[in-house]
Amino acid sequence: MSLLYTVAPNLEKLGGELIKCLGETLKMVFVSGTISFFLGLFFGVLLIVTKKGGILQNVVIYRILEKAIDVIRSIPFLILMVLLIPVSRAIVGTGSGVTGSYVALIAGTVPFFSRQIESVLADLDEGLIEASESMGFSPIEIIFSIYLKESIPGITRVTMITFVSLIGLTAMAGAIGAGGLGDFAIRYGYQMHYTDMSWVTVIVILIIISIIQFIGNFIIRKTTH
Amino acid sequence: MIRLEHVDKIFNTAAGSVHAVRDVSLQIEDGEIYGIIGFSGAGKSTLVRCINLLERPSSGKVFIDDVELTALDEKKLREVRRKIGMIFQHFNLLRSRTVYQNIEFPLRKSKLSKAEKDAKISSLLELVGLSEKRNAYPSQLSGGQKQRVAIARALANDPKVLLCDEATSALDPQTTQSILKLLARVNKEMGITIVLITHEMAVVKDICDRVAVMEEGAVVESGNTVDVFSRPGEEITRDFIETASNIRKIHDLIADENELTKINAGDQMLLLTYSGSNAGEPLISYLSRAYGINANIIYGNIDFLKGKPLGKLVVTLSGKAEQIRQAREYIDSLGVEVEVIKE
Ligand SMILES: Nc1ncnc2c1ncn2[C@@H]1O[C@H](COP(=O)(O)OP(=O)(O)OP(=O)(O)O)[C@@H](O)[C@H]1O
Ligand SMILES: [Mg+2]
Repeated sequence: MSLLYTVAPNLEKLGGELIKCLGETLKMVFVSGTISFFLGLFFGVLLIVTKKGGILQNVVIYRILEKAIDVIRSIPFLILMVLLIPVSRAIVGTGSGVTGSYVALIAGTVPFFSRQIESVLADLDEGLIEASESMGFSPIEIIFSIYLKESIPGITRVTMITFVSLIGLTAMAGAIGAGGLGDFAIRYGYQMHYTDMSWVTVIVILIIISIIQFIGNFIIRKTTH
Repeated sequence: MIRLEHVDKIFNTAAGSVHAVRDVSLQIEDGEIYGIIGFSGAGKSTLVRCINLLERPSSGKVFIDDVELTALDEKKLREVRRKIGMIFQHFNLLRSRTVYQNIEFPLRKSKLSKAEKDAKISSLLELVGLSEKRNAYPSQLSGGQKQRVAIARALANDPKVLLCDEATSALDPQTTQSILKLLARVNKEMGITIVLITHEMAVVKDICDRVAVMEEGAVVESGNTVDVFSRPGEEITRDFIETASNIRKIHDLIADENELTKINAGDQMLLLTYSGSNAGEPLISYLSRAYGINANIIYGNIDFLKGKPLGKLVVTLSGKAEQIRQAREYIDSLGVEVEVIKE
């Protein structure tokens, strides 16, 4: 401990604050990440099946979805957060703090993630879909037991990437009052010139990312044959 | 029984419309092995996909056992499809599942108990000779083994019909033969009707009872395999027969004015095709003896269609014009097909 305090002297009094901020970041990543994961899977699958030649081809749905995703993706996250404050108030009752950040984080993550899911699913061999159709499986069964099941390694890979970029977004959300590690780094590292605190924040974030990658790579190894 | 009535399939693409299947009507009887042969792009895959309606015909009707598939809704159609197995050129196995799980996959909708499913899968593995590979993943198998798994999977729901789209095209000749043997066994022992799509003559001639020849979306010729290939009515059928033998070489040799193919004025070079009993060699020596002409064999080949011999001989006849004419009459009287290659 004392060695740690020698390298980062401000940790002694800010340690508790750091833990609290870490908790906030983890909460933001976990809650918005989980919701984004399911929404992204849903929209990614919807894109793939409604696409021309898809098992539930529907050009109208595909076009609308595609346009909506492209529009949201083209808005810089900082602006998106501000724009979504009223929406957040309507949905979760507040536009600030950890809870107030969820809507923006999800909106900033889902479009990107959906596109990645779409491209993972598009890589699946067309023949597998054909074979399962020939066996009499319905579109819903094909979605779950072929598209999703056979793509687990690819889905894991893009989920990892998305979680890592989500951590980046939480840092930005922190800057406008959502708390978390981004907020911590700005308050102490930037405004109070505690350089050691900036470094500590970076290291903590690196550790979180490494854990995510470790888990992801483990899943990929176990599911690739 | 599978019956197609005036089936047409037109694809509308940005680049224009493609008439992939043109007015195809055919009937495939229970328990037979029916071959559909054609060159790449002839529309074979599209036609076979019209049988289980993976591709909905633009017009025309498809019947299986007098049930009109083209009139069924999606849900009913899915039930019917469970009784139509299908295998593919690239096997289409699920990579994330073991051999056992691949065969189990189509059984998810079956009402069999877990123990019954297990017994079923084990007996299928036995049938295709892959019992030791039950826990292997597809990536650990050879092409021939993958196709065996695909066959076992296609048979899991006890289908009445097995559709094979270029099932051996990705395999070497020896593996092709072993897969064909397996299919013939499946046909014989389980009484399953097999529809076999291919561009390889070697596949059709070995196991198909009847054959249809496709060109530009249409069936141009069909019938009993031995009949179609011993008396081809269409140019394209002849092309297929030639790809299977070396006979095409003769034309190349003639074009190159090879020494072998030089003939004197009045001589004739003939291609004789004979099937079954009218054997070739005695014929040639008989011609020499009976008509006093020289019959020189340039090329000879015997093929087997469903086990029946189909012989091809290229001979030059030289002698007096009258004797050659008489010899030709005699050959015709034996029911041997004669094609004049050069005179
Ligand atoms: N989904 C599709 N959309 C547009 N055109 C298609 C489609 N499927 C097939 N075609 C066209 O229909 C024609 C017949 O194709 P098909 O795949 O049935 O041929 P094939 O006889 O099976 O050929 P091969 O031996 O190469 O497999 C081709 O011209 C092909 O380009
Ligand atoms: Mg094909």
